[in-house]
Order: sequence, then structure tokens, then C-alpha cells
Amino acid sequence: MTTLSITTASQRFGVSERGYYGTFGGAFIPEMLYPNVEHLRSVYLDIISEASFQEEFVALLRDYVGRPTPLYFAKRLSDFYKTRIYLKREDLNHTGAHKINNTLGQILLAKRLGKKRIIAETGAGQHGVATATVCALMGLECVVYMGAVDIERQKPNVERMKLLGAQVVAAKSGSQTLKDATNEAMRDWITNPENTHYIIGSVVGPHPYPDMVSRFQSVISEEIMRQLEEKEGRPNPDYVLACVGGGSNAVGAFYHFLDDERVRLIALEAAGKGVNTGFSAATTALGKSGVLHGSKTLLMQTPDGQVVEPFSISAGLDYPGIGPIHAHLFASGRAEFHAVTDDEAMQAGKFLARTEGIIPALETAHALAYLEKLAAKPDEIVVVNLSGRGDKDLQTYINGAQERPH
Amino acid sequence: MTANTTQNRINTLFSERTTPVLSVYFTAGFPNLHDTSTILSALQANDVDMIEIGMPFSDPVADGEIIQESSSQALKNGMTTELLFAQLRDVRTRAENPITMPLVLMGYVNPVIQYGVERFCADCAEVGIDGVILPDLPPEVFEEEWKPLFERYKLHHILLITPQTPEERIRRIDEISSGFLYAVSSSGTTGGALAMDDARTAYFQRLKRLKESSKIQNPVIIGFGIRDKASFDAASEYAAGAIIGSAFIKELGEASNEALPETIRRFVAKVR
Ligand SMILES: Cc1ncc(COP(=O)(O)O)c(C=O)c1O
Repeated sequence: MTTLSITTASQRFGVSERGYYGTFGGAFIPEMLYPNVEHLRSVYLDIISEASFQEEFVALLRDYVGRPTPLYFAKRLSDFYKTRIYLKREDLNHTGAHKINNTLGQILLAKRLGKKRIIAETGAGQHGVATATVCALMGLECVVYMGAVDIERQKPNVERMKLLGAQVVAAKSGSQTLKDATNEAMRDWITNPENTHYIIGSVVGPHPYPDMVSRFQSVISEEIMRQLEEKEGRPNPDYVLACVGGGSNAVGAFYHFLDDERVRLIALEAAGKGVNTGFSAATTALGKSGVLHGSKTLLMQTPDGQVVEPFSISAGLDYPGIGPIHAHLFASGRAEFHAVTDDEAMQAGKFLARTEGIIPALETAHALAYLEKLAAKPDEIVVVNLSGRGDKDLQTYINGAQERPH
Repeated sequence: MTANTTQNRINTLFSERTTPVLSVYFTAGFPNLHDTSTILSALQANDVDMIEIGMPFSDPVADGEIIQESSSQALKNGMTTELLFAQLRDVRTRAENPITMPLVLMGYVNPVIQYGVERFCADCAEVGIDGVILPDLPPEVFEEEWKPLFERYKLHHILLITPQTPEERIRRIDEISSGFLYAVSSSGTTGGALAMDDARTAYFQRLKRLKESSKIQNPVIIGFGIRDKASFDAASEYAAGAIIGSAFIKELGEASNEALPETIRRFVAKVR
């Protein structure tokens, strides 16, 4: 049985009363957004704790999304890396990624708030598709902002969103990727403060978003615990690996292990062409504390405080910040962060396809690539969060890591 | 909580003026990197009452297209916080045509944090800035961390209110603000149009009543969507004045370099 955690927020790594994780987080928003964000903050815990909410959420996760997702022992991959590797199959969720855990939670919340119109930003298009899907399910209007560059490189997802009845709006400013799509979604919310709910797609944005999204995604680690107990006789693995764009699939996979220091939490960021090439999205390596999209977090920026345009072959990791909880996990040393290049990710993605018959999303491929370096012992247990499937990335896999004009 | 006791050119302006205050916003570093001084001089020569100097930011979420574009052009031109202070260093003290009207800096919080909050406040005081508007700085963070610095350097901190801000919060924001209150005219980013519909009139009337009954202390200035004489006059009926931003920047963007002072003269003459 799947349940929704509402009481298990970690003492040390959970959000504070005022919306902070250590020194990161908060709600750095213009007054125009305050009424909506403050209202959300004041009601979100009560709403998601209601029995009727829990029942509806859990039933839809089971019957509509297809949870629990399998925890699959990858035998050939394990043999190759000489350790015990499990893949948490979020790619088998309806719509093909972990993103729907969050959009389903938020749409149920939006309905209870009486909202009629939903907006979202998307990078790879997975969050856009997951949002368009739950809007269709609930009969709500849906507008998705997507960078013009991403519309080009994630075409299949654009078509899926349209088929699901969403309007896809191109963000044409800046690097025309996820950051700019987020700016446009925020401007839309400023302009439509009464009837609209903004479904943010990761653990970013002003408080309460990072905490709310974390809770909806925490179902991932909750299932991992139960499934490992069944398969291995213990609930905790030795390692959990996950890729980090904003960090929602990683938080989901880490959540219930945050206070268990025996579990090594490993977050993989996109190095792009290489951390020091000027074409990278490796936020913890290149970033400094700053404010973007409503929260204080680690941010890639110039000394003058202008946000640097990131680069990654993977649209879902092409973001100059990380969620404030990750900034805190990094600063406190609770999680390790490593950067994986475009080429390493491509190879790891292709390798999984041939070894296990699973084509992973390019985002996920960053987590898989780290298996090369992990050097886990033969009797250790490694869980890789397989955040999404790779159908959307076929063209990129086929073309190889080509130059992309910036 | 103690009120900010800072007294500077902003207080003088509002206590002495009986006609509506015209405030103009422009993005520093636009259209050209070194236009700041020219624009300030031309605005003063044409009897504008107060100037907001926009500090460009890469991700201006509260701004519409015109200010987004002026900001990204300004950054491409090379504008930085450091350079802006260098450009402002002598505008108050120069022998010829020194700037005497209130100057306000407006921008987003991240560049200020990276510059260093204390260093920023000290430089504001040094060049003669009277107030600062940082829409994404939460009031609580200002009160707890920034306020003592603002007081030490005699800077006003000006906060925004919107049509959705409930009365209780307006009063709280008024207590934290000093100098004036910035009332955003309607739901939206900068650069929209001011529709004087029933909702707008009711909102403006509400603000006017709050001020007249002394439920709020600061003078109120209306901004966002003020673009010409009609909208300036309409807003001024309910407030101490209004701010023009995008409409001004649009004209600056269309002017040739030599024509900047003349463009500014014509623009201000149309509004007054
Ligand atoms: C499959 C997949 N994994 C990971 C991500 C990155 O997002 P997050 O870091 O929030 O999990 C995305 C984002 O689009 C995605 O589609």
C-alpha cells in the first residue's frame, strides 16, 4: 500500500517553520505573488493531511499512475559493476517519469483551492506532459511555458502536451531554456493572481514549494524502503544515486534516508561539456549562494549577481540553480555532489539500453554514468533512481552529443 | 517596532509639493552604457520630480517585455552595480547642473546581495541615493537583517502593495516602508495599460481613504501602466503622484543618441 508521508520530515534536513533549509530557502517573491504563495503556505499541510486528500491521492497513484513502481534488480548491470544494483523504475509511471507524483498531488490541491487554470514551466517536457495529463484528468485549463530551444530538442513531448489539450507557450528570452520558462510562468501568475495555480515542477521556487514537492515525491523512497526490506531483508541501501536538475527525483529518492547516515546519498549534476568549459550546469561546483525564482540557493552567477546561462545536453538538467534543500544537503555534507559530462551521460544511457533493455532519459543517464566511478563493494546495495524513460531523447541519442549553438 | 526616522530629499519633496509628483524610471546602461548622466540631467532640466534608476537583472520576473529587453541590453552593454555607482559618483557634486531631486535605486535583490548589503548601502549614501526599491526582498528579511543598515545610511526602503494586498497587510507594509509606498496599479508585470475600470477605481479609492484617514502614514505613488498624460492624471487623482517606466524606456530605445535630451524633453512635456 502506498501512503503519503506528512509527518516524517527530517529534523535536520526538513524545512523550518519559516521555510528555510539551513541558510537556504525562504520566499523571495515580489508582493504581487505574495497572496497566492502565502495562502498556499498556510493551507498546504492541512490539505494534504486530510483523509479525503490522502485517499484520492493514493488511489490515483495506484490506479492511474501505476504505483508502486518496481524496484528492479539489474543483474547484468550488477555483474558488470561487481555490486548489487537496483533500479527504481520511475520510468514506468504513467507519462514516463517521476514528475507525475508531484503534478497529481498539486492538481488535487489546486482543485481544493478552487483554481480553474493551471500553469507550469517545463524543460525536458516531462513535467509539462505530466501537468497537461492531470489537467486533462481533472478538466482544468492548462498553459505550459517552455524555452524555445527546448521546444526544438524535445519535440515529441510538445506534441504530447498539445494532444492532451494544453497550450504550449515558447519562452524566447535569455538562453530559451528552463530558467526562462520559469520566468515566464511567474509573470503569468503575477498577471493572473485570482484563478490560477502554478504547478512548479521541481523542489525549487518560494516556500512552500520545495517542501510540498518533496513530500509528494517522497513516495519514491518510501517504496524503496519497503521493497528493499522484502528483497534484501533490510530497508536501507548503502547508496542512493539520482540526477539533479532542480532536484525533485533526487529528493524523492533520498527523503526517507536523510536521517540515516549509513546511506550515502549521491546527487549527479550535469557538467555539460565539462565543469570548467563555460558550457555547464554543475551548480554546486560553479555556484554561490544567491536568489533566483523565489528562493535563496546555490546559483551559477557572475560576480555582479547576474544569473549565468547553463548548458547541458539534457533539457531537464539545464538549470542554473538547485532546490534549496539540495544546497543544504551539499553545504552540510549530507549528500555528495558530482558532475557528469554530456558524453559520459550519453554513453551510460546507451549502455543501459544494451545491458538491461531499458532506454533511460538523458537526465537519468547522468546518474547511471556515476556507476563507473562509484566502486561499490560486491555485497553493497546501490539504488539508482531511474527517473524517466528515454523516448523523448531518441533524436539526441541518434545524433550524438552535437554542438548546440548557444 | 520603531519607524524609520530617516529624513532626506524624498520627505522634503512630499512635504513641499502640492501638485502631483511625476517620477520617471529608466534602466541604467540603456540605450547606451554611459547614458546615465545625460538622462538624469535631461529629466531634471524638464522638471521631473523624482527619478528611479533601474539596476538591470538577468531574470526580471516582475517586468514586462520592454524592461526585460532594456535590462538585457544594459547587461550586454556592460552595466554592473559597481559601474553604476561610479557613474553616479559626481552627479550631486559636479559644478555644472548637479542633480538635486530625490534619486531612488530599483532592482532585484540578488545583485545587491552579491555586491554586499552594507557596501551597497554605504555607496548609496556616498553618491546621494535617497531610497531603494527591491520588490523581491521579503519585508521580514528586510526588518531582521537589512533595516539597521538602511537607517545608518539614511536610506528609505520603499515597498510595494498591489490590488490583492489586504488592508491589514497594507498597514503593516506601510509601517516597514519609509519615504513613500509604491502602489502597483493592477495585476501584472510592468508595461501593461492602465484600465480605469470599476475594480481599479475602487482600489485607488481604498488607498486614498486609507491615507486620508491616516491609517497609512507614507505618501502613495502609483506605478505600472502609467504611460501618458491621461493615465498620469487619472492615477494622480487618488495618490501623491505616479511613476512612468516602460513608456519612457520605449521612447529612449527608439531615439538616436544625439536626440536623447530632446526625446526626453518631448516625452515629459506630453505628460505634464
Ligand atoms: C526524467 C527526468 N529526470 C530528472 C529531471 C530533472 O528534474 P529533477 O531534478 O527535479 O528531478 C527531469 C526534468 O525534466 C526529467 O524529465
